Amino acid sequence: MTDYGAISLTGRKKDVSQKEMTFSEKLYLPGIIKGMGITLKHFFSKKVTVQYPDEKREFSPVYRGQHILMRDENGAERCTACGLCAVACPAEAITMTSAERKPGEEKLYREEKYASVYEINMLRCIFCGLCEEACPKEAIFLTEKISNADYSREGFIFGKDKLVMKPEQQVL
Amino acid sequence: MESAFLIEKGVIILVVFGITMLIALYSTFAERVLAGYFQDRLGPNRAGPGGLLQPLADGVKMFTKEDFIPETPNKLLFILGPGLAMTTALMTSAVIPWGRQLTIFGYTATLQAADINIAMLYVFGVISIGVYGIMIGGWASNNKFSLLGAVRASSQMISYEVAMGLSMIAVLMVSGSLSIHEIAENQHGFIDWNWHGHKFAWPSWYVFKQPLAFLIFLICAFAETNRTPFDLPECESELVGGYHTEYSSMKLGFFLFAEYVNMFISSAIIAIVFFGGYNYPGMDWVNAHLGGNLATILGTLVLFAKIFFFIFFYMWVRWTVPRFRYDQLMNLGWKILMPLAILNIVITGFVLILTAS
Repeated sequence: MTDYGAISLTGRKKDVSQKEMTFSEKLYLPGIIKGMGITLKHFFSKKVTVQYPDEKREFSPVYRGQHILMRDENGAERCTACGLCAVACPAEAITMTSAERKPGEEKLYREEKYASVYEINMLRCIFCGLCEEACPKEAIFLTEKISNADYSREGFIFGKDKLVMKPEQQVL
Repeated sequence: MESAFLIEKGVIILVVFGITMLIALYSTFAERVLAGYFQDRLGPNRAGPGGLLQPLADGVKMFTKEDFIPETPNKLLFILGPGLAMTTALMTSAVIPWGRQLTIFGYTATLQAADINIAMLYVFGVISIGVYGIMIGGWASNNKFSLLGAVRASSQMISYEVAMGLSMIAVLMVSGSLSIHEIAENQHGFIDWNWHGHKFAWPSWYVFKQPLAFLIFLICAFAETNRTPFDLPECESELVGGYHTEYSSMKLGFFLFAEYVNMFISSAIIAIVFFGGYNYPGMDWVNAHLGGNLATILGTLVLFAKIFFFIFFYMWVRWTVPRFRYDQLMNLGWKILMPLAILNIVITGFVLILTAS
């Protein structure tokens, strides 16, 4: 038989008892002095504050922040507007309109079909990363960027202007 | 002579007023920083270097907020409340000796606004008026939370004033004077203490002669300044701010500020009455070798160091001890502190008679 009463996961377990207090406990002063010792110890302890704008906490490599629509090594958009990300999205945040590539746009779009409109509603997005998993063309990824706040609901619908990778980000 | 006297006292009053305001201002800042440090945080450090301009920012915020007066039949009393709280908080500083004499161009000035022979009585009188600000403000707010806060404040202050006064009586029996200046002077020098042939020299501070009185006075001072663990009149979690629920803008600022002024003044009184005030070991040597002015200035600095320690102590206790329940507060005041204070008086009397004969 396991004595469940003796188990202490934190090692700080204390049994509660209703027995009468001793004189020193009734005085309360030893208890208060002990408590003040504890707070003084914390006064000199290392502070856990991260002073955000000055120092930023490092993200985990798998952190899921704002989305990015990738370009390939030639600078052409990878997305073919297949719609798998929109199907996979549990929050139904993604919507897109497809278009056909015209002759002379080979530098802009990798394949014949591309997304002329690609919108993610950031208020609906739950940053689950299922779009990233669904994408067969490795076109959408979740980055470490925290998506910005805005003043209006319209501002949270991110179009291609905010999502497509900027040329200066091309370091793959 | 007459004009010189007026100028001297006027300058002292102005300087003391300024210093009191400055210390109260930075106490609000210190409270927040210390609260942070006690909770493993950093506290406000954005405004100015290390956050030093934070009180200024708070003040600007207070002044620019809407000054709201609730639907109350007593607009005059509503306005009078915070003013009275502030006035009485500042009045006590008149009798506090901040140091000994300073000699400037042959003119000797005492670093005390008024050395009256009933100073201790005056202090207690002003403290008991202090409750009127809270009472009037809370009552005129026309709000049940404010009224409850005011009722709590007045009953708490009356209860703890008894024990406070009784604890002070034992000290007065030892000092033989009601003048705070004389109480401070009495603590000058050392007590020689012979223990099994070993000689010890203690500073002759009253905390060593009257430890029990000090403890009672300290606890009562916490209650009189409405500080945690006795902050029942203004507890946010029960009374939404208590007596200052309805106040906004600088009227609220006055109430909060008065608390910090009270804290500074009561720290000063504890430091002077129990911890030797401006006396420090080696004062006579400095006086003889380096001049009286330097000894006085050093003494004033020492006094302020003691005061700052007690302000720190107030904040330290605030972030350690949780609030009392109301019946516990009353039990402590009437059933424990008051009998202890009376016992202390009796013991002090016996010891005084035995040592005198």
